[in-house]
Amino acid sequence: MSVVALKPGYTGEIKDRVENFHGQQLLYIGWEDHLMFCAPLCIPVPPTLPFGALTAQIIPDLYAAHPDASAIDWSKVEWFSSSQPFTPDLSKSLADNGLGHKASLRFRTPGLTGIKGSCS
Amino acid sequence: MTDSVFIAFQTNDDTRAIVEAITHDNAAATVARFPAMVKVDAPGRLVVRRESIEERIGRDFDLRELHLNLISLSGNIEESEDEFVLHWGN
Amino acid sequence: MNMPISGKPPKKLSLKENYALLTRGLGWETSYESMDKVFPQCDFEGIKIHDWDKWEDPFRLTMDAYWKYQGEKERKLYAIVDAFQQNNGQFNVSDARYINTLKLFLTGVSPLEYGAHRGFAMAGRNFKGAGASIAAQMQAIDELRHAQTQAHTISHYNKFFHGMHDPIHMFDRVWYLSVPKSYFEDAMTAGPFEFVTAISFSFEYVLTNLLFMPFMSGAAFNGDMATVTFGFSAQSDESRHMTLGLEVVKFILEQDPANLPIVQRWLDKWFWRGYRLLALVAMMMDYMLPKRVMSWSEAWGMYFEQNGGALFNDLARYGVRMPKYHDVAAKEKDRLSHETWGIFYNYTHAAGFHTWVPEEGEMKWLSEKYPATFDKHYRPRFEYWRDQQKKGERFYNKTLPMLCQTCQIPMGFTEPDDPTKICYRESHYRDNKFHFCSDGCKDIFDFEPEKYVQSWLPVHQVYQGNCFRPGTDPTAPGFDPLLEVLKYYNFNVGKDGGEYLDSEDKKHWEQWTGKPGVSI
Repeated sequence: MSVVALKPGYTGEIKDRVENFHGQQLLYIGWEDHLMFCAPLCIPVPPTLPFGALTAQIIPDLYAAHPDASAIDWSKVEWFSSSQPFTPDLSKSLADNGLGHKASLRFRTPGLTGIKGSCS
Repeated sequence: MTDSVFIAFQTNDDTRAIVEAITHDNAAATVARFPAMVKVDAPGRLVVRRESIEERIGRDFDLRELHLNLISLSGNIEESEDEFVLHWGN
Repeated sequence: MNMPISGKPPKKLSLKENYALLTRGLGWETSYESMDKVFPQCDFEGIKIHDWDKWEDPFRLTMDAYWKYQGEKERKLYAIVDAFQQNNGQFNVSDARYINTLKLFLTGVSPLEYGAHRGFAMAGRNFKGAGASIAAQMQAIDELRHAQTQAHTISHYNKFFHGMHDPIHMFDRVWYLSVPKSYFEDAMTAGPFEFVTAISFSFEYVLTNLLFMPFMSGAAFNGDMATVTFGFSAQSDESRHMTLGLEVVKFILEQDPANLPIVQRWLDKWFWRGYRLLALVAMMMDYMLPKRVMSWSEAWGMYFEQNGGALFNDLARYGVRMPKYHDVAAKEKDRLSHETWGIFYNYTHAAGFHTWVPEEGEMKWLSEKYPATFDKHYRPRFEYWRDQQKKGERFYNKTLPMLCQTCQIPMGFTEPDDPTKICYRESHYRDNKFHFCSDGCKDIFDFEPEKYVQSWLPVHQVYQGNCFRPGTDPTAPGFDPLLEVLKYYNFNVGKDGGEYLDSEDKKHWEQWTGKPGVSI
């Protein structure tokens, strides 16, 4: 049973199917230990986007307001996809890195622990 | 420790007599006063007696008038013409 | 009604007799349609009721008394609202920051009162027993009264302050208002038994004391006699509703042992959904009342852990246990308000009310009330934000957040055992990923995924292009998506939301009252 409903066989419409995003897919990005940004972010991206574009441009822009942002050493960053450790190939697309619609990507920056070390 | 029941009223002239009646009839009751609100807790059981209120206000009182100034309560309720009881357990 | 006819007036009925005539005399067994066809929603939830006559309403409120006392409550309330207006009471509150709680209340809570009116009208129609039907019907009328008195009372503030001009329109569209909206619509789209268990018991009995007792007492403490009066006037009805909720649960459990697992699942689900909704109340108490009565953590201890604990101890004789994840709520009580205020501080430029960094004295209060968490985790970010603001660079988060599929709150809550790590949970269903802020929200989805795949998540709706006014052209040159979304919300852009210190509300407050405002 996947719903308690008056009508037998009731199913619901998946509101956030990838087809509804005009060729884009959703990507969630969270920066570990930096909770001044209160929650992970959600952005629409093309599935063909090279992963390297995230580190070169997109993520630094998203977090530019954080004083740690300019100190990130991308070669040391640890990645997690759906909470599992993950090694991206920067030259390949998100899709080829296995990051589909509504993928949840987190990154940890060793040595950077937010404002006064408070994980803010 | 016995779990507490409670009843809370708006702080006003009507409820002053009601709270007095409750503390008179329930020796174990404790009264906590907050801005605009008075909360009475009692272990296990709390009784509101019509006669006790009438003695203090000098007129007939229908226990359903409690509704006018009631803010909240907790516990199982037994209500008759003479008594309004809150309690835990059967 | 076979009254003896004689010269003497008939004997006055006792409370019990009066109530029995009202609730048993009005129901009947249908003859030309089957009862199941007349009451089609009574069975599909799996609840078994064998004898509706076992239903007892402890308050035994009869119609004559109902109208009499409700009429008196209304007269009292409107006398105070009149006095408040004539006395320019809006200028006598502690500080204009306080008004922001009313904006949130009017847009986020009052529409729930109206939803409750609709929900109880439907429940009243769908119950087979006349006693339950009448209780639900009276509550439907009460809830309509609450929606009306709140709109009337707060409409006076709307003459002077921003953000209160279109609550119903906002309720159906604004990102954070999808939290209360989805909560209530979840209950209304369930069957009648789940609806009353959710709203009358889990919400009204177990949780609303946290909203209406310390918060309304706080309104009085901050000089808002109008709000405390509508709040307590509503709460006086609420006492009756809570009692209904407890009776519903006991009645269902006594009717058939097979009902227990269903009811327990509802108690688990609706505890968690209600608790998540109360995150808004937590931040109102700790951050938005300039004069504070008690902290969220203290209120949680008093009203849930003690009073709620006593309730569940009493229900143990039916086999009911404490709602699942109550232990998580206990672990979160020293963080909930801070994390939630952080969310609104981040996104206040897209909200219909203002946020601010607490003043130094307020931070001191927070340190005292939250010795284990405030200085360690939250003070550093507030001080940083304050410094940025002094430099003219007030922090706003410019990117939309990831939302929980169930509660729809931005994913700002942390792991139960680690306040420095965001809590991520995930499910896969029908080839899609779904994300959650907690095990509680994930469990709710996993049990009924067909329901929650339909969530109208505001962030995703914005990205799908569904949150612009008709005729908006996203390809036009200079198109500003945020501005267009705020117009779709019918916000006064730049006036309703954003930093309090930069607000017109603050400017007006100082101009009209001559009182000094807060500063950084």
